[in-house]
Amino acid sequence: MNLAEDRQVLLQAEDLLVRRGGVTVLDIPVLHLFQGQVLALIGPNGAGKSTLLLTLAGLLKYAQGKILFRGAPIADGGFDYRRHIAMVFQEPLLFDTTVFENVAAGLKIRGVVRSEIERTVPEYLERFGVGHLAKRSARKLSGGEAQRTSLARAFVTKPQIVFLDEPFSSLDPPTREALTDDLERILRQTHTTAVVSTHDQTEALRLGERLAVVNGGKIEQIGPAAEVMNRPVNEFVACFVGVETVLPGRVVHVSDGVFTAAVDGGEIQAVGHVRTGEEVLCCIRPEHVTLSAETPFSKSSARNVFLGTIRKITPFGLFHRVHLECGFDLVAYVTRQSLEELHLEEGKSVTASFKATAVHVIPRVSLT
Amino acid sequence: MDLILEGIRKAFYLIFTLDSEVLGITLLSLRVSGTATLMSLFIGISVGTVVALTRFPGRQLVVSIINTGMGLPPVVVGLFVTIFLWRNGPLGFLEILYTPTAIILAQAVIATPIVTGITLASIQNLPANLRLQILALGATRVQMIWLLVKEARLPLLAAVMAGFGGIISEVGASIMVGGNIKGYSRVLTTATVMETGRGNFDIAIALSVILMLLSFIVNAILTQIQQRERPR
Repeated sequence: MNLAEDRQVLLQAEDLLVRRGGVTVLDIPVLHLFQGQVLALIGPNGAGKSTLLLTLAGLLKYAQGKILFRGAPIADGGFDYRRHIAMVFQEPLLFDTTVFENVAAGLKIRGVVRSEIERTVPEYLERFGVGHLAKRSARKLSGGEAQRTSLARAFVTKPQIVFLDEPFSSLDPPTREALTDDLERILRQTHTTAVVSTHDQTEALRLGERLAVVNGGKIEQIGPAAEVMNRPVNEFVACFVGVETVLPGRVVHVSDGVFTAAVDGGEIQAVGHVRTGEEVLCCIRPEHVTLSAETPFSKSSARNVFLGTIRKITPFGLFHRVHLECGFDLVAYVTRQSLEELHLEEGKSVTASFKATAVHVIPRVSLT
Repeated sequence: MDLILEGIRKAFYLIFTLDSEVLGITLLSLRVSGTATLMSLFIGISVGTVVALTRFPGRQLVVSIINTGMGLPPVVVGLFVTIFLWRNGPLGFLEILYTPTAIILAQAVIATPIVTGITLASIQNLPANLRLQILALGATRVQMIWLLVKEARLPLLAAVMAGFGGIISEVGASIMVGGNIKGYSRVLTTATVMETGRGNFDIAIALSVILMLLSFIVNAILTQIQQRERPR
């Protein structure tokens, strides 16, 4: 994957402030969207993701700042700019007409001749799997079909940027899965620049090359997906991007780049530039934790080995989330096969291990 | 009972023999109420859409006034239109009191708040983000408003029916500003009142039946359009 920073900046926001009722609801000092890149905005409900999307799409007035498209400033609600973008909302927002006419809407608005519409629209209907529904009323579509129609309507105008505001959050899991697959494929095929907001980190990782974690109207962290997932800058980002174990601790020993932090109920070994006595947060992603039924655990390169008891096992998509009590709470992900082979069940004693390099350390001073 | 049956029989006799006076009254009623409905649609849809899409100080008050206007008593409208059109009134120079034009004006005043109110409610009932979705499709403001109105077309047809139904059947304003002048400003409702007053119940019933038939036919046509509009 190319580094996003090598690409041309397509959209740029500077010192963007959006106020509602005198209260600042969005504060973005700087944001770059690169050509051909998919930026995923993640954050809890009410974080400001939709406000950011609508503002970037030129659909919301901002109190201060500027947005540059291809280096040129756009007025808020700029008509010319809106002809270069498309937006897909959480609700499909289809017109009370046929699927074909819905997909043709953007083209008709642009004054495209009927013959061209009749040539172009079927291609996009097929691309999004709704070709057979062309003549059907939009009111008679299922949720998935309606959102496919909405996506086709957005892409048919060949927009330079597509903004997607939690496009699949109201769909059932299998439909969401299928639609995410199709959107991911089409985004990659067409190299479309996109900004997608979601509160589903799996969806964000599949679609986004870069992630921006939004909270309280601000971007807490933005960067390549792997960096944000593995190196969260603060506790909020860590918790939100799925670092399920965040342990506050104090550095008690430092040696050759490896340090030991005393956490409540145990000691963790990790790698990092810290000083003895420094307060830190130790973040451990559940997929980095290995479980073994052997107690005690045989020798391995993992610096952190703990004997623990399984407190709870919950299914989590394609794998299971295992909650352990090993002096402190630790969460691990295991596959169904591992669950069966190791006979993992609630109350069973297991050994949990993870490498010192798997621990992401956040200095406590960076917390706000 | 005989009186009613005789009235209905008379109504069909007058219709099928194309009685010139009744035909004239019926056509005038259609022309007057049709024109007033068109005027109310033009003003009501425009005002209703603007109020639905904009936020301004005192908007709630405006909406309350529109909603109150939906139940405007025709006699009150008749009274004020008469005062305005009176020889010394602000619009007296138009010299249209006791003419069909005056009836059109009064009926338009009655129907406009009805159309405005229904338009306002219809546009407001559209999904909140639809306006933004249309703009994101690249629409100009005018295209956006047109698409919203088009999207609310089915409830707007109800506005046409409510507006037309309200004024074709009103009598207070028509009689006050039209004067019920034979062959000139006499419409179905004013003629019915007059014939009832004279004790000509058969003719009054006949005129009522024609009025109801007219109302039914217009509404049936509009309902047909409304139901056919919805794609299968």
